[in-house]
Amino acid sequence: MSPFFVITGIVTLLGAAFAMSLRNLVHCALAMAVAFSGIAALYLQLDAQFVGFAEILVYVGAIAILIVFAILLTRSGEAPEKSVLTSGWMAGIAVSAMVFTMLGWAVLNSSAIPKETSPAPVATVRNVGDALMTRFVLPLEIIGLVLTAAMIGAVIIALKEDSQKSKSEDGGQQ
Amino acid sequence: MFDKLDQIFVTALHWLVSYVPEMLRPVVSAMICIAFVMAVFPGVFAITTVLERKILGRIQNRYGPNRVGIPFTKIRLCGFGQFIPDGIKSLTKEDIVPRAADKVVHFLAPVVMLIPVLVSYAVLPFGKHMTITDYDAGLLFFFAVGGAVEVSVFMAGWSSRNKYSLLGAMRAIAQMVSYEIPLILSAVTVVMVVGSLNLSEIVKHQNNYTFGIAHWHVFTPWGLVGFVLFFIASLAESNRTPFDLPEAESEIIAGYFTEYSGFKFALFFLGEYLGMFAIIGLGITLFLGGWTSPVSFLTWIPSYVWFLSKLMAIVFVFIWIRGTLPRLRMDQLMNFAWKFMLPLALINILVAGIWHYMAADWQRWLVCSAIIFGAYAILGRGLMQNQNFGKRIYRYAE
Amino acid sequence: MLGEQIIKGMAVTARNFFGSYVSKERLTTVQYPEEHLAQKENTRQFPFLVYDGDDWEKGLRCVACQICEKECPPKCIYIVKSKDKKPDYKGQPQIYPATVDIDISVCMSCQICVEVCPFESIKMDTKFELSTDDRFGGLLLTKDKLAKPNSYYQQMHPHDAAESDAVIAAEKAKAEAKAKAAAEAKIKADAEAKAKAAAAAAAPIAAPVPTTPPPTAK
Repeated sequence: MSPFFVITGIVTLLGAAFAMSLRNLVHCALAMAVAFSGIAALYLQLDAQFVGFAEILVYVGAIAILIVFAILLTRSGEAPEKSVLTSGWMAGIAVSAMVFTMLGWAVLNSSAIPKETSPAPVATVRNVGDALMTRFVLPLEIIGLVLTAAMIGAVIIALKEDSQKSKSEDGGQQ
Repeated sequence: MFDKLDQIFVTALHWLVSYVPEMLRPVVSAMICIAFVMAVFPGVFAITTVLERKILGRIQNRYGPNRVGIPFTKIRLCGFGQFIPDGIKSLTKEDIVPRAADKVVHFLAPVVMLIPVLVSYAVLPFGKHMTITDYDAGLLFFFAVGGAVEVSVFMAGWSSRNKYSLLGAMRAIAQMVSYEIPLILSAVTVVMVVGSLNLSEIVKHQNNYTFGIAHWHVFTPWGLVGFVLFFIASLAESNRTPFDLPEAESEIIAGYFTEYSGFKFALFFLGEYLGMFAIIGLGITLFLGGWTSPVSFLTWIPSYVWFLSKLMAIVFVFIWIRGTLPRLRMDQLMNFAWKFMLPLALINILVAGIWHYMAADWQRWLVCSAIIFGAYAILGRGLMQNQNFGKRIYRYAE
Repeated sequence: MLGEQIIKGMAVTARNFFGSYVSKERLTTVQYPEEHLAQKENTRQFPFLVYDGDDWEKGLRCVACQICEKECPPKCIYIVKSKDKKPDYKGQPQIYPATVDIDISVCMSCQICVEVCPFESIKMDTKFELSTDDRFGGLLLTKDKLAKPNSYYQQMHPHDAAESDAVIAAEKAKAEAKAKAAAEAKIKADAEAKAKAAAAAAAPIAAPVPTTPPPTAK
């Protein structure tokens, strides 16, 4: 429990809490970006450089922006009048705390997980790259294929309107 | 003697740190490095603002600023004292926050802008043994940190509650996201050939000489294309002409910092230029040999001098382009990124692979150059044919 | 091919950039406080009063007719007539302006005062570096500041000044001719009176006096 860990942990938790509780959705999205950055800092502290940087690159740089765009394109900027929490939020917290305690207790007492912690594996960016290119090359390729298919699908969806439009324009000219 | 001059900053740092108790050494060393970056690059920024106005003036056949020199004397220094009154002006100006603005986010945006930009200097090798943190994944670090700038741009644009700000922020984010892809893909070629994400390693790989000429990556077919793509993408990433739509002053005033004044505006200005220097520094490191000299008989010149002079040369080209090219339209911008730069970057990755696996003789030059030239010609023709110069159709306005 | 035109454009700007250091003719601007561009002949800024000769108080052409004061659209001219009279350039006794004030912070450089002046006495100046730290007194031009010699006007607007000088010369010639005629008429009248007196004196002698034809006026 280094002081740096405590600070980043608190920042991350605060960001997450604000992301749930703030009224203005854009504020929530920004608070979530803070939480993402905090998580990335925690990863970096654990010497998981690749995951840390990917967290920043993907989540802070792309996902947060995507969410913000989605909010702006779908809602007006007005914050809701009433609180985002329902009236029974105390009961909700109590129930969730109880569930969490039970689950935690069950997991910690389970015989399935080894009691002694193994030494932290070395996961430099080079190691991750090597593993991706040798042992996990098939999953990597499959994921790449799936993502490419998704991207082509998105392009086709985006194209459709345009081609219809140009068709209708051609019809209009004839 | 020249070696000592080359390493003067490193030895000075070691000498300073040796006076500090053992425990505090890493912290003090980091502090000194931060102070160094904070002193040098804002200084370069200050000079560049004057230089930019002077060069633009000369390109338009007029004198640029040439009055302000040392106060109370007749020494004018060709106007290079201009940044001092400019700085004083922006410090003393009134800081106006719009009444409807989101005060906290509006306040935080310039800070959030500046932090990732400054942090990205941590991995750049400014000279021999002059990298602040010699990080194994330096390149990844740089791009990851650069991604956070978009959040600040959005914060500035959204919190101002101004349509021009929001439009500018939207344009900026769309542009940054689009051009980040060719930027990263063009850098990937270097990683493929060098086999490392460490920026010092990348520079070391280029620090060899045959016939007195350095092995810079830009002197290879894939490196040249990669450098050109990186250069164009970095123009777009730093929002400079012809990609300055996010702050197109004739259309949307100043884009996302329309509603900023005084020192916050200066911070944005500073952040923008520091981001530009950082990305140019990365381009130099990846393709132009970093701090190495282009020819072997000039290696006695200190490495940081090479780095800075390359930086200033590319800044000059940036300004030159600003004085020449008009602003692109939004659809042209996107077409250029997705239909020209992205395919060319992908083909360039292929070419870099071929280059890596073919034997080092004239045949690989021929093959690689032929592929690149063919791709360039075909893609360029496609881009130029695709131009629709007819009446503009406004999808929603009619 | 793509990029060809960009290279061409870059070459043009590069030529401008280096050319502006080499040849001064390329530069379209001048270093203002040290260098001035030549002004156009019809430049006008603010009005001034013309005087002839060396002494501005004696030679002021203005006769305080106050036409300009009445015509001035923003009412920036203020004239007070004098109580006594002074000979003007024609030698006639004439009222002169005791005060002429022009507030150039109000003046809009319309030149109407110049158009209406029948005495060619108010003209437009070309001086524009009139900034001052006293925005009231510094911009209120009094008679002594407004008076400028005709030679200054001739040098500033040679063409207009020649026309104005011609008008003045014609006026002067007319006035001189009139004066001459008046003088000759006076001489004639004197002569006639003298002749009459002589005739009256000689009447008792009753000698017929041959009447000389009167000298014709020019």
